[in-house]
Amino acid sequence: MTALVVASPLVGRELAHLSDEALIALVARRDEAALAALYDRFGRVAYGLALRVLRDKSLAEDAVQEAFMAVWRTADRFVAGRAKASSWILTFVHRRAVDLVRREERRRAEPLDDAPEVDVAPGTDEEAWLRLRRERVQSALSKLPDQQREALELAYFGGFTQSELAERLGQPIGTIKSRMFSGLARLREILDETETEPWPTTHSTT
Amino acid sequence: MANDALHDLTPGYALDALDESERAEYEAHLATCEQCRDELARMQDTVGALAYAVHSPAPPPELRSRIVGQARAERGNVVPLRPRRRLTYALGAVAAAAAVVALAVGLWASSLSSDLDEQRSVVSILADPQARQVPMQGGEGRIVVTDSGDAALVTAVPDAPTGKTYEVWVFEGDTPKPAGTFDGDKAHDVVRLTRPVPAGAKVAVTVEAAGGVEAPTSPPVMSAAT
Repeated sequence: MTALVVASPLVGRELAHLSDEALIALVARRDEAALAALYDRFGRVAYGLALRVLRDKSLAEDAVQEAFMAVWRTADRFVAGRAKASSWILTFVHRRAVDLVRREERRRAEPLDDAPEVDVAPGTDEEAWLRLRRERVQSALSKLPDQQREALELAYFGGFTQSELAERLGQPIGTIKSRMFSGLARLREILDETETEPWPTTHSTT
Repeated sequence: MANDALHDLTPGYALDALDESERAEYEAHLATCEQCRDELARMQDTVGALAYAVHSPAPPPELRSRIVGQARAERGNVVPLRPRRRLTYALGAVAAAAAVVALAVGLWASSLSSDLDEQRSVVSILADPQARQVPMQGGEGRIVVTDSGDAALVTAVPDAPTGKTYEVWVFEGDTPKPAGTFDGDKAHDVVRLTRPVPAGAKVAVTVEAAGGVEAPTSPPVMSAAT
């Protein structure tokens, strides 16, 4: 991932060895190089997520910037061991994106975009890794019952509230809650089953 | 709303699929319900995996410098010179700040098992703004020492040879005292020292027989004067 290293002059070799949790602890100490290192690890997936929800590059950048500033301001409240550091960061990104999309009324209901990537051959380790992981999560999603997948996708990527989903799908709210609950539980099982090795939290820089 | 109904909001909250009043109600509930906090934490990791289901084009390079620049500006207690492109962004700031606090309190600041206390104490050392950081000489690592002498070693070393371990030493005067062992089998090790580090004390790491010894038998692979 030479390109990223070149683009990341603040990140010394030392930080590359640290866990996500240790980086967050350094961010809590106001270490901006650690914040940059977290951005290098998760900025891309954060931007992809925000872009999917918002469908607007400028708004997606806003959401990512605001989310990382939230990480910067509240890193001292992160409790290691609760949920993963990556989940913590992506929670901020998604929350910002959803809040923005509701305000902008930009919500879209299309299913996941399965269009092939333009760059068929991933140019960097990071792209290869992201593609691998995307295929794995998409494959897990495809194994869900249609109604559960639909509920998860409309809620998470569409930004709809569960009440809106109930109205949109013509189902009682209890049914929607139940689909989301079962969908998440089943997705977790499938992801656990297909987990042959721990997902790396960092990308090799060599 | 009855408690059961609030429990039922957990998946909706994890997916950000609640409206504002439901969200507020659930967060208030979360502060008092350990069960929901546990369930939510599990769901958050599954939801986090969902984020990887979509294409992730590279963000514009200037986004990184904007974020680092804003962080630097805020650290310096200076009003950030952030490019303001959209009104909605400013309007959202207050709501975002409230959500941030709720997330931080509701999701993460809950009680932990003793197994995690160790991790938390390490993190509290690393997160202590008053703590001193001293690079280790001779190897890749640094020692972080709080004002009260609590210390953690963050290091990246090769695996200890079979039958061996790394042992940390804190010097009392000229006498090294054992302060914990680690195997070096992770990409990085974060080691909570079992002994306080007084100001100015020397800290060293040697390779010793597995299980550790009472006095070092080999020259240090790295050391630092704190």
